[in-house]
Amino acid sequence: MMIAISVIAGIGLVAAAVLAAADRYLSVKEDPRIGMVTAALPGANCGGCGFPGCDGYARALVAGTAPNGACAAGGEACAKAIAKILGVEAAATEKRVALVKCCGTRSEAIRVGDYNGICDCNVAASTAGGDKGCTYGCLGYGACANVCPKGAISIRDGLAKVDKRLCIGCGKCVAVCPKKLIELVPASATIHVLCNNPDKGPAVRKVCGVGCMGCHLCEKNSGGKEAGHFTFQGFLAKVNYENPPVDGQIVAKCPAKCMAEDPHFESGH
Amino acid sequence: MKVIKSQFEFKGGVHPDYNKELARDQAIENLPVPEELAISMSQHLGAPAKCIVKAGDWVERGQVIGEKAGFISVLVRASASGRVKAVEKRLGPAGGKADCVILDTAAERPADVPAPSAGPVLAPLDWRTASKEDLLKRVEEAGICGMGGAGFPTAVKLNPPPAKRCEYLILNGAECEPYLTADYRVMLERAPRIRLGVEIMRKMLGGPAVRIAIEANKPEAILAMEKAFADIEGNVQIVVLPVLYPQGSEKHQIYATVKRIVPEPPALPIDVGCVVENVGTAAAIADAVELGEPLLSRVTTVSGDAVANPKNIQAPSGTKYADLVKFCGGEKVPPAKVISGGTMMGFAVSTLEIGTTKTTSGLLLLSRKKVFQYSSHPCINCGRCLRACPMNLNPALISKAVDANDIKAAEDAHVMDCIECGACSFGCPAYRTITQSCRRAKNSIRARIAAEKAKAAAAQAKQ
Repeated sequence: MMIAISVIAGIGLVAAAVLAAADRYLSVKEDPRIGMVTAALPGANCGGCGFPGCDGYARALVAGTAPNGACAAGGEACAKAIAKILGVEAAATEKRVALVKCCGTRSEAIRVGDYNGICDCNVAASTAGGDKGCTYGCLGYGACANVCPKGAISIRDGLAKVDKRLCIGCGKCVAVCPKKLIELVPASATIHVLCNNPDKGPAVRKVCGVGCMGCHLCEKNSGGKEAGHFTFQGFLAKVNYENPPVDGQIVAKCPAKCMAEDPHFESGH
Repeated sequence: MKVIKSQFEFKGGVHPDYNKELARDQAIENLPVPEELAISMSQHLGAPAKCIVKAGDWVERGQVIGEKAGFISVLVRASASGRVKAVEKRLGPAGGKADCVILDTAAERPADVPAPSAGPVLAPLDWRTASKEDLLKRVEEAGICGMGGAGFPTAVKLNPPPAKRCEYLILNGAECEPYLTADYRVMLERAPRIRLGVEIMRKMLGGPAVRIAIEANKPEAILAMEKAFADIEGNVQIVVLPVLYPQGSEKHQIYATVKRIVPEPPALPIDVGCVVENVGTAAAIADAVELGEPLLSRVTTVSGDAVANPKNIQAPSGTKYADLVKFCGGEKVPPAKVISGGTMMGFAVSTLEIGTTKTTSGLLLLSRKKVFQYSSHPCINCGRCLRACPMNLNPALISKAVDANDIKAAEDAHVMDCIECGACSFGCPAYRTITQSCRRAKNSIRARIAAEKAKAAAAQAKQ
């Protein structure tokens, strides 16, 4: 009995001595700030910053190879906290959220066929461009919802909808969308153009009841071209998010009904 | 010249309803040039051609309107004279958008443009005296790509790297896709042209043995080819293949004729000493060399139970599907599904406003009776897809992996070997969209590889 106890205790002591020595002489010196910065990051590991997870971004920040403010999920508060730890200036960042630039619901946008293949936008888009008449519009098969790490996107009435409060702006949905109609916009912007079709008015009207026709009325009503609230690509109005319009009246005046004031839905999570 | 029966049957395959009797006996008819053509810049495999005309330009028949944009690319010529109405991005049958030249062929010739002389577009060449380089150049400037469906640039295929020797030239006349009879009609009506094309290709490839592969259900085509090739010299054989889908697949044809197995991609048939060309391509090469006539039109089968009079039509590239249907007497009943290509590998399309390309072998209009509405169910592990797969894959495993969004598992199951023939989906009792799953996995893998390449290139540029 005593022998057993003393043998085990002896092994324990020897092992402890080895471990103590290893800790003393073989330890890897890690910058303590890495741990602090990792703690300050939101921990979503979304990859939106371009680094493999929050830890990867923290290492790059401490090494000085990444700019502070690349974390869309953490936003300004996070950037400030990191700035405090690292003693650098916080880049002025604003929280950005995903916006689905299409409002062609099942009742508004025509469908040209019955699609019964795999429920994925990329697959549907490679089958004759998808079943939607508008080849620029949201197909509603949820490729974006499937990649969203926060479950902020849901499909409602054949359209992807983003919950602004849950969205962390990682941009995964932007990358996966085959129609490239999701954009990251400042969370504070309230007026948006919900259309992605740059074709001429009559062509748009043929396939969708709520498509932008490029009539420039939004631009006129918001102070003209000089005010610079809108840019145009073909026959498609785009909000200039550097200088977004603030007057909500232009939304009601849009003849195509493709504008909306804060179209993000709230899921009630 | 001998006619032999293929001794090598590949594993798997299926027997769909061929339905070829609809258009089989219809002689090829020439379509009058339609009033409007939509000529795509992406008619072939590889980089789309670069459009060099703009709206308002007058173009002559045969004029180059799209330049070759890379090594794997093919130039595009105007298939008729007319005024360019617009150059715009239009949806192709496969779902991608490509630049399309909209040509108004009814426009009046401007006073300052003299009518071209009646001669051929290119100067005819004597293939016996022309050098290999001249012939290759001719194939390239005639804008010829594989006419079986994939549209691989023919000039690239006929110019193998010096280290690789072509031992067999295999002429693909299998046409195993249901409904399609375009190649069959070409073999019946243009057998001498095919023979000339084969002789030219044989010269370009340094005199390989020739194997002409035809499925056993086309006895008239076998007879016609036998007659045309009766007095040819050298090692030429007609190989009669068992009737089995996908017999027309390049890899399976190589196995059925010379019993060689093409390794997995990126290996090409030339790695096992074979070059496979479609019978239509052979005829096009003959026209380009002997007559100086570039590839401006092709034979397209318009068939299906919703078409009034199924036909085989020689139509200029860019003919809108609507014009083809009109030429066949319109729709007998409203079509429930329109397919560009055959029923197994073709693409369902939602509009008839798409223009034909050099690879449009068929246009099928199917009525509600022939179209089956289904919804997919979970896999029941019956193994029917394993038995059907001609590439020895496990489609059930791949499809389940894709359902679970596990592309890595699909890659480990060799999804990149999939030839997307559709044999697995064809027999699936749970109506699973297995081929589509494979396509999705392949697209994701290709996108990932492209992204990795771009990243590596960027890193190298940084250094």
